[in-house]
Amino acid sequence: MTKIGSGRLDPHQGPTGTFTPKQQHEVAAGPVFIGAAPRRGFSMGNYIKLIALGLITLFAAIAANWGRDAAYIVHAVIIMVVAGFMFLRVLRATDNPVKAVATDGYIDDVIRAGVIATGFWGVVGFLVGVIIAFQLAFPQLNFEFLQPYGNFGRLRPLHTSAVIFAFGGNALIMSSFYIVQRTCGARLWGGASLSWFVFWGYQLFIVLAATGYLLGSTQSKEYAEPEWYVDIWLTVVWLAFLAVYLGTIFKRTEKHIYVANWFLLSFIITVAMLHLINNISIPVSIWGSKSVQIFSGVQDAMTQWWYGHNAVGFFLTAGFLGMMYYFVPKQAGRPVYSYKLSIIHFWALIFLYIWAGPHHLHYTALPDWASTLGMVFSIILWMPSWGGMINGLMTLQGAWDKLRTDPIIRMMVISLAFYGMSTFEGPMMSIRAVNSLSHYTDWTIGHVHSGALGWNGMITFSALYFLTPKLWGRASMYSMSAINWHFWLATIGIILYAASMWVTGIMEGLMWREVDANGFLVNSFADTVSAKFPMYVVRGLGGVLYLTGALIMTWNMWMTIRGGAKQKALVGIPAE
Amino acid sequence: MSSENQKDIDDVTGIDTTGHAWDGIKELNNPLPRWWLWSFYLTIIWGIGYVIAYPAWPVINGATAGVLGYSTRGEVAQDIARFEEANAQISAQLAAADLSTLAENPELQRFATSAGGAVFRNNCSQCHGSGAAGFIGYPNLLDDDWLWGGDFDNIEYTIRHGIRNEEDWDARYSEMTAYDEIFTDEEVDATVQYVRQISGQEHDATLAAAGEELFVNNCAACHGENGNGDYGLGAPNLTDAIWLYGGDVASLEETVRYARFGVMPPWGSRLSEAEIKAVTAYVHQLGGGE
Repeated sequence: MTKIGSGRLDPHQGPTGTFTPKQQHEVAAGPVFIGAAPRRGFSMGNYIKLIALGLITLFAAIAANWGRDAAYIVHAVIIMVVAGFMFLRVLRATDNPVKAVATDGYIDDVIRAGVIATGFWGVVGFLVGVIIAFQLAFPQLNFEFLQPYGNFGRLRPLHTSAVIFAFGGNALIMSSFYIVQRTCGARLWGGASLSWFVFWGYQLFIVLAATGYLLGSTQSKEYAEPEWYVDIWLTVVWLAFLAVYLGTIFKRTEKHIYVANWFLLSFIITVAMLHLINNISIPVSIWGSKSVQIFSGVQDAMTQWWYGHNAVGFFLTAGFLGMMYYFVPKQAGRPVYSYKLSIIHFWALIFLYIWAGPHHLHYTALPDWASTLGMVFSIILWMPSWGGMINGLMTLQGAWDKLRTDPIIRMMVISLAFYGMSTFEGPMMSIRAVNSLSHYTDWTIGHVHSGALGWNGMITFSALYFLTPKLWGRASMYSMSAINWHFWLATIGIILYAASMWVTGIMEGLMWREVDANGFLVNSFADTVSAKFPMYVVRGLGGVLYLTGALIMTWNMWMTIRGGAKQKALVGIPAE
Repeated sequence: MSSENQKDIDDVTGIDTTGHAWDGIKELNNPLPRWWLWSFYLTIIWGIGYVIAYPAWPVINGATAGVLGYSTRGEVAQDIARFEEANAQISAQLAAADLSTLAENPELQRFATSAGGAVFRNNCSQCHGSGAAGFIGYPNLLDDDWLWGGDFDNIEYTIRHGIRNEEDWDARYSEMTAYDEIFTDEEVDATVQYVRQISGQEHDATLAAAGEELFVNNCAACHGENGNGDYGLGAPNLTDAIWLYGGDVASLEETVRYARFGVMPPWGSRLSEAEIKAVTAYVHQLGGGE
């Protein structure tokens, strides 16, 4: 197999490290009985599980009956069904022979599920994005018969959460699991069951959040809309994720911790902290979804944007840099450009990012001093952010020729290019004078999307193209030309999106501030809205292209997973 | 693997690695790019300068003010003060002006129109449209068909006090009767057809003939014997082609059965004297001023 982009390692990178997972394929080979006689077991653990699941089912049934609002009742029913199903599953299994649990080799089943979930939620999130983009261009698409569920106001958080938390979150969790095992030479801590708990627990969080938005349950904090009980559940899942991750790092067989793991660990820890503090609230009733925020006024705004900005910083930047630091050198078959740069930019990035939040609140009730500090830290953050881009791009030194032949490498390069562009644009927009033009305009939306579609989307797609053949034991993706199509559709889509939002954002900002010689405003708000119409259509079309690319990718993944003669599992064993 | 004597050299770049490898990934020992490092230092130096110049550090009582004495509120206040100062004289002139003689002072008229346009776009366009062409239920201000009168005084009164609102005791007020429970269905149809007849639209002549008597007995008190309307009561003229809620059969039937109750807020308490004069002048010159 000499096809470029098959995800194989270059020959000069031999097997390294002290840990070689043994007989991976055996893990997938099905149940093996321990000892000669199958053990029938009803362990203490099963008793506890049954009692807990039974109690949860019962409590959820009561909650469904006493619930005060639609979202809460629907959620109680979902929890009741899930817990009830788990109860029956445990109960039915109690008398079965205990299957041998593989205790060596990497845990990859949950990563395979994560790859599929990432593709699935990506398509869902992009689709909702396209729908709301056209709803903005053509408000008639807020159809009367869909009210209130299909209103822009409810679909918009559905889109943001689906792409950030469902698509991005699954991408981060599954690649964390993949990367931490490979670079630590250790099996996931907590075994398969704990990592499955993280996976399914996270999917449950997504379903609860999404159905909640549609049913009108929100605490009205951007990117932190889910209500109190969903937040509590996410906390439980996230701590389990942290435990798996940290536990694996603790038992690593590599002497040093690889740079990707620094980024991923800082992402997991910081997101836990942000989530806990921004969601401090008091439920109005235990039988209802509504809660009251503990902070109020400008304190609430500042906490929210401390959270919101660092969701970008640690979820979408640090986490995805972790992915970049693994997948780019692997795909390129080249060493990381500079170890020193990775240390300096890592520490500078995580130290500075956390202070930059106030730039979201320029020219508001926020005191000027906080706004100044937010701006200054944002500007100083520019170079530390670019450190990741430099290290990623320069890693291709000696592999630039692959840009011609390997569409996955091309995706990584464009991803890093958009990363560099939006991490320059961000500090620039944080400058008060620039912000006075850009704030509240579509420029912000364009900025976010050049980062999200360009950086997060593209690096995730390339990770999926890297992982799918590896995890299912295929030589390469089913179709390389489909990846090429995806690359161009997505790239043109992003350019249409970002360019139209720049044009419309700057136009809108200029129209808002336009005054005549006597200082009187020239335009009404409605004038600016109608002036934006053509650009809204262009943006929607950009979204359609991006979505089409993602559909091609999921088809390609499906064909890869399904198709061809399955090779001997190569999982975990460096090829050649 | 790595020691001073025995370096692991990357054969493509000739640079040594750190000597570790994770799942086959190595790291080169390249130094920090100079331009990167110096740019980083420059942003830090700039940052130090900026926090000295501008309000930045929280202290026990407030925060450091910065040597430039800048504040965002101060900046806005300065901007507003600059224009207010420039406009002070002409604004006072406008506040005291008799609008009916405005045309004699072109400079004041020009000022009033552009000021009024800004007031309109900020406060009135939400209902009347940014071009003042109105919408169903919100009057078009570009034509010469008025509900409560279109001369300066009437326009100013309407703006100052509004229509049928509960905030201003002097708001213009009138209420049409809902005929749903007064008229039979045939009577409703007949009235509707009569209104279509006097407004010069296609109609059923027999029904309209029956409707005439109903109109005279019930509607004429406000809308007038001929249906020409009455400014004093805000009763619309029914003989023209201009309709606030629609002149088609279905809309007319709804109006006859359930009446209409359009509301406009009072602006006297929100706008300054000069702004009220300005927006009055603006609306007056849109096309239909009397």
